[in-house]
Order: sequence, then structure tokens, then C-alpha cells
Amino acid sequence: MKIPDEKELGFMEKLAQKGISRRDFMKFCTMMAATLALPASFAPKIAEAIEKSKRPSLVWLEFQDCAGNTESFLRASKPTVVEIVLNLLSVDYHETIMAPAGKQAEKSLDDVVKNQKGKYITVVEGAIPTKDGGVYCCIGGRSAVDIVKEVCGNAMATIAVGACAWDGGWPAASPNPTGAKGVKDVVSGITLINLPGCPMNVQNLTGVVVHLLTFGALPATDELGRPLFAYGERIHDHCERRAHFDAGQYVRQWGDEGHRLGWCLYEMGCKGPETFQNCPTIRWNDATNWPVGSGHGCIGCASPRFWDTMTPFYRRLPKVPGFGVEATADKIGLGLAAVTAAGVVAHGIARAVKGKGPEQGEKKE
Amino acid sequence: MQQQRSRVYVWEFPVRFTHWINLLCILALSITGFYIGNPFIQAYSAKQYIMGWIRFIHFVAAYAFLMSFLIRIYWGFMGNKYANWRAFNPFSAKKIRDLADITMFYLLLKKEPPPAVKKEGHTACAIYVYLGLFILFVIEILTGFALYSQSHYGVFWKLMGGWLLSVINVQNIRLYHHLIMWFLIAFAILHVYIGWFLDKTEKNGLMGSIFSGYKFVTGKELE
Repeated sequence: MKIPDEKELGFMEKLAQKGISRRDFMKFCTMMAATLALPASFAPKIAEAIEKSKRPSLVWLEFQDCAGNTESFLRASKPTVVEIVLNLLSVDYHETIMAPAGKQAEKSLDDVVKNQKGKYITVVEGAIPTKDGGVYCCIGGRSAVDIVKEVCGNAMATIAVGACAWDGGWPAASPNPTGAKGVKDVVSGITLINLPGCPMNVQNLTGVVVHLLTFGALPATDELGRPLFAYGERIHDHCERRAHFDAGQYVRQWGDEGHRLGWCLYEMGCKGPETFQNCPTIRWNDATNWPVGSGHGCIGCASPRFWDTMTPFYRRLPKVPGFGVEATADKIGLGLAAVTAAGVVAHGIARAVKGKGPEQGEKKE
Repeated sequence: MQQQRSRVYVWEFPVRFTHWINLLCILALSITGFYIGNPFIQAYSAKQYIMGWIRFIHFVAAYAFLMSFLIRIYWGFMGNKYANWRAFNPFSAKKIRDLADITMFYLLLKKEPPPAVKKEGHTACAIYVYLGLFILFVIEILTGFALYSQSHYGVFWKLMGGWLLSVINVQNIRLYHHLIMWFLIAFAILHVYIGWFLDKTEKNGLMGSIFSGYKFVTGKELE
């Protein structure tokens, strides 16, 4: 796979060969500084770090997943996937996109783990089933639990991408038949950062890698292990439709006038007000658009256990347990108030019919 | 035989004051809160600021309610024996017996008003209901600040209720915050009706007492 003259060529020459000018490269570095919430003065430092970086190896593990994060990764264009793969990082193992198969593929993973102990980056995609000895996900005869313990345990840093690798995601949704868990709940004591989302946004992955190359450390995280630069602020507070929310202009039905005019999707169950990610700012697919921009509410995929906690996706409030699917909190509440009022009326009537009991009591006094 | 009735000063000013502030706040919070959960007014122009103002009122009323709640707790230590926290001690065999008597009376299963409703302060039934109410208030305040802390970053908001977010998922916090509103509305209906019912049966000026502070009790009940 090695390009023969790789060592002779400088980083910039290699970029130039691919038609990327230094100006484009500096634009990318500035964008990365902005994504990481760093001052613009950091752009040259990032550029320097990338130019001098020694192409750390990267292994990409897939367990109970849909390869959605891989899709997201392959759609990276800044730098294009080719640049990430060949210049920034040396992707030595990635089941979906690698050329070798079978034993040869497993050998590349073993080589990295053995020869570059503590120097490589691991990306984990997908949940890790823990029930019944982890039999529900095995690769090359080894369970996901074993693989993740060995590979993540020897890595310089682990990046858990997507909701599944973070807290189990979909496979861990109730009733969680395979006992699926995220990396943080399976291996402890590793250098780990989580990029939840369904899938993660590749710009955030690039940001984490750039931060790692520039500062030699992972970016600061919140208490859920997510980088603050990407998950520090609420979607609702940066939403382009926020003005419609404050004004009181809501989509009431799919395809109604408000929907056509791009009003707020709050009434359609948008979970922007409770979800923390930078989607409104960096957007998706090269900042082409993002869910709310295209007229669909946020489903809160970067929130903990989103498949259980953020559903129903098209309602503001969750179901009230024990009251069936159609009961909403308001219907139950209204019923409660009605029962109370009916009770009061019944009490008043009963008292009148019963012949003014208390007054009789008073006469006796 | 007509018994002599005395006029007793039961509800001190802070008790009455917080009562009415609570009423105003709960009214404002319920109406605005219902709108926030289910925005039933559609703005005709983007220049309007309906949700903005509704949320503003909700937050201001929430602060007023919290202050009122804190004043009432303070008065539980400083006020007279009817307002004192000791009167709210639920672990009392007498209160539990009285509660049974009063409940029978309220359900019209007993004609005679039990002596327990002739007391100057809260009845045993009221004690238990208000204790439950205080718990609902605490839940409303905590869940409210937990939701508020999502858009207000920092340690202060974490302490005020943001810590709840790591215990219960945010959508359930929203649900409880919403459901308790209905419990408070149901409480208000019962509260006014029972007050009026006791006022009529006991002729103790109960409904007026929350304005004036004075209740009328028969002589023998006075300590």
C-alpha cells in the first residue's frame, strides 16, 4: 500500500499532488480551529502539527452496528477521505473498506496491537453485546468484548463513534436482548472520548483527531465523556428556526403552511430543546443541510439512550407508563381534574340530598 | 344551646401572604406552562414574541414562587404554632386517627363533624395533604430548574436542579413537571371546595380567615 516516494515528499507536496493547495489546507486548519472553539491564531499551529505528524495508525472496529458511522466517515471531504486515510492517518484496519480479508485482515489488526502498543488510535463503531459470554458478536472467533478489551486497552486513545459505541444505542434499546453496552461500560481505565449521534458527525471526528495531533491529548469532555466543543451547547439555542419558536410560529401538521414556510418544529416533537450537539453550526454532508433545516425535527440522537428516552419522536412528551400508547399527559391530567370536579359536585349533591346532615348536627348542639 | 365562640388569630401575615402569592404564581405558571408544553396560540407574524414573553412570565413567576416557598419554610421556624413545622409532623397516632375521622366526614359517611375539624389550625387531613403538596412543590421547583439548566450553563444551575439530569432522563423530567401541574389543579379544586364546605358546616369563618387571619372556634376547643 505504501507509495514508494512517500518519505522523500513533504506533506505539502503530497497534498499538491492531489490538487490541494496550501491555501485550501490553511482554510481547513482554520475551520478545524473554529470547530474546536479555538482562537484563529491556532490555525498555523494546527497546520504545523499536521505537517509534522508521524501518521499514527488507526484501527476501526465494528461490532453491533450498521456501518452508519463508516458512511459518515467516508463522506468526509475536508479533508477528503483520501487525505485522512493516506496523509493524516494510516488506517490499518477497517473491516468495511480494507482490501485484505479473513486471516490476513486479522493479522493487520494483530500487527498494529503488537508492534505499536500505546501509539495507535482506535475507533469503535457499534455496541458490544455482553450477555451469554458475548456470543452475539464474534469476529474471527473472538467475542467483541475480548477484542475491544485488547485493542482499546493497548491504544493511545479510543474514539467511540455513534450512539451504539457510546451507551449501547439501538442494540441496547429496551429490552436489550443481547446485553449491549457502550465502550465506556465495557473497558475501564482507557483514554476514551465519545462522539455519540446516529451517526456521529465526521467533522467532529476530524476535530478530535486534529486536536490529538496538535496537542497530543484528547479535547475536554463533559460528564458524559463527549467533547465540549461538539456537545457543549444545545441545538435549540443555535437553531435557525429559533426565531419562529420565540415568535410563536409552529408547524402543526406535516405539510401545512407553517411547514412549507419553515416554521419551528417544536409541536412536531423536535428534541432540539433537550439535545446537545453542534449540528446547527457545522451541519452535515459538507454543511449542506441538517435535519431541522430540511424540515424534520431533531430526534435527540446524541442524548443518552436516545431510542428509549427520546421516543415518541413526534410528540413533545413521553408516554405515561401504564396508560397505553394514545394517552398523553394532558389527557390524563384533564381526566384527573375532571374526576376531582365531578367528585366535588357529587359530594355537594349528596350532601343536599342527605338532608343537610351537618346542620342537623349543629341543631343538637 | 349556643356555645360561645372566640375569634382566634391563626394565620399570620407571612402565611396569608405566601398563600396568595402561591395562588397567583401557580395560576400564572399553569397557564404559561401549559402554553409552553402545547403552544395553542399561533403567531401571525414573525415579529411577535409570544413564546418569548410566555416563557419570560413563566420564569419570573417561578422565581416568585420559589421565594414564596422559601418564606413559608422560614416561617415554619419563626411563626406561631399553627405555622410551625412541628404541626406538620406526620408521624403522630392522633393525627392518623383524626385523618380517618375527617375522611369519613368528608365522604359523608359520618354526619357529625368530628372534633378534629374544630381545631384552630390545620386539620389532620390538611396536614397530610399539605405535606404532599410541599413535596409536589419541591419536585416542580427541582424539575423546573433542571429544565432551565439546559440553557443556562454553570455550577449554580447544576446545583439548583441540573444534577437531576444525570439521575432521570430529561424527557421524564419534562413529563413529571407537566403532570404535577394537573395534580396542583386537582388540589386547588378540592382545596376551595373543602374550605367552603367546612366554612358552611362549622361556621368558623374559614374562607374569611385566609384574608383576615382570624378563625372562629367554639369556646371549649380553646386551649
